[in-house]
Amino acid sequence: MSLLEVKNVTLKFGGVIAVNDVSFNVEEGEVFALVGPNGAGKSTLFNLISRFYDPFEGDIIFDGESLLKHPPHDIANLGIARTFQNIELFEQATVLQNLLVGRHRFRKTNMFSELMFLPSVKKKELENRAEVEKVIDFLDLHPYRDKYIAGLPYGVRKVVEMGRALAINPKLLLLDEPASGLSTEETQDVAFWVEDMKKQMGITILMVEHDMHLVASVSDRVLALSDGKMLAMGTPSEVQNHPAVIEAYIGASDDEAVA
Amino acid sequence: MRILFKTSYDDDINLFKHNHHRFWYILLFVALLCLPFLISDYMVGEFTNVLIWALAGMGLMILVGQTGQASLGHAAFLAIGCYSNVILQSNFGLPFVISFPLAGLISGLAGVLLAIPTTRLHGIYLAIATLAASIIIEDIIVLAEPITGGVSGLYAPDINLFGYSINRYVDPSAFYWLTLGVVLIIVLFYKNLLRSPLGRAFAAVRDSEISAQAMGINVARTKAVSFGISTAITGLAGALMGHFAGIFTNETFNVIISITLLLMIVVGGVGSIHGAFFGAIIVAFLPQLLSFFRDWIGNTFELGSIVIPGLESAVFGCILIFFILFEPMGIYGMWLKLRTWFELFPFYRRDMFRRQKSYLKTERMR
Repeated sequence: MSLLEVKNVTLKFGGVIAVNDVSFNVEEGEVFALVGPNGAGKSTLFNLISRFYDPFEGDIIFDGESLLKHPPHDIANLGIARTFQNIELFEQATVLQNLLVGRHRFRKTNMFSELMFLPSVKKKELENRAEVEKVIDFLDLHPYRDKYIAGLPYGVRKVVEMGRALAINPKLLLLDEPASGLSTEETQDVAFWVEDMKKQMGITILMVEHDMHLVASVSDRVLALSDGKMLAMGTPSEVQNHPAVIEAYIGASDDEAVA
Repeated sequence: MRILFKTSYDDDINLFKHNHHRFWYILLFVALLCLPFLISDYMVGEFTNVLIWALAGMGLMILVGQTGQASLGHAAFLAIGCYSNVILQSNFGLPFVISFPLAGLISGLAGVLLAIPTTRLHGIYLAIATLAASIIIEDIIVLAEPITGGVSGLYAPDINLFGYSINRYVDPSAFYWLTLGVVLIIVLFYKNLLRSPLGRAFAAVRDSEISAQAMGINVARTKAVSFGISTAITGLAGALMGHFAGIFTNETFNVIISITLLLMIVVGGVGSIHGAFFGAIIVAFLPQLLSFFRDWIGNTFELGSIVIPGLESAVFGCILIFFILFEPMGIYGMWLKLRTWFELFPFYRRDMFRRQKSYLKTERMR
């Protein structure tokens, strides 16, 4: 059984069909990439999995259970974490606090014990702190621990956002353009991290990415989308050489246009 | 210059980041405890007033500063706290130790009730909805005359604390200490909130609702909880305000008080406990300061007594404009800069606190 099954999902905004009858399975332990030109519906698919939108038709099944009966704030509890294309961090909070928000799904204490800061709350908080430190270690965020997000450079913010998603301790991680706006070196770091998440932490990754080098180096399977429709699915090289994909990106060749 | 040395990651959770902090705050508390022995009864009353305003300010700060929700209706919760406290004592014969927390609870529940329909609103719309609530409560007080006394108001009874009777005019020091105790407890609660998951959920909702949701935070419920805690604290402040004023009517808690509260925390510094106290000092002492200057000018230049209607509001408005233009972080921001200047002397640079521009935001879902 696949970890995530997207079954014939369609989403319309008025007359615009953003996602048109898309189906794919993400197997446990693989890195699955979604590629396609702008407006292909990649981020919309992410928002569907995050339950920000309700699909018009179709079903999304995670771990054998339909996501559609869960409200959006339940998705993290099921073990699905995500990052955003345009970084959505908590700006007026420190890096540490941002990462700790990721631990929210492990909150067992209630409002009253937290107001009193009972020993149970303190114990849980120290546990959260230790877990978050592991993420900081993994992503080399040590110099920024107590810095406010509002003053951090773009590249660091991207990493903090990935860290916050990791703090959720997810089974499935949705990365929305993890390398956009990053330098070549930073993109290489992302590639190493994605490898490590897959191999050491056993996290399944679904990723939207435009950088084909990154996609080719880390992903096991790729799905190409265009105008909300599925174009091709397979290994990175299969998809890159698929005629329909080439046409979507650079247009049909002259011979075909004549014919 | 102070450098923070942490020897364990677990230190991050401590209430005081620094031994210096602990020393100065304990010193401040001791000084506040001894205050009634050092100043006149009149000034003790004024300081009590500051503490009560600060309490109300902390209530609103949790909503505005921590959770990022605007409210122009907090006077309504002052009123609910004040009236329920007095009614529970006078009509039901409950002692203050029970009526006071109950007043907070009732006010908090009223806040949650208001939050349920309004948490879907944002910014100015939320402000308008809470403003409406404030006006409605004022009308309800007039209409429910049999219990609230309508426009003629109610008298606050003497506080009966374990057989010891406290009247703020007879024994201002006792009332001051009572208020100080309540304020201390609420400050501790506030600090605890900031270092626990709920406080972080508030900050998450304030900064990005969309990603708060993706982190597993129930946004609507978090907002309702924030409303509840905020209005409960404000209700406690209202209860103390009733005892402080002695007599109160529907007019005591009008819309102007709501607006003053909001302006107070903006001037003090949104998002910090200090801000509530700094703002309260301004609000409570501004009238005194103005009348002092008025008399001084009148006497020095032999002009007799000067009466300028609306002077207080005008000066307060000017102070507010000054802060919004030049110091959005309020008095607390000024204090931080001053402190940094001394700590880093002579290496402070002018742009140290300059804010960076934000990057693009993800499209809002609503």
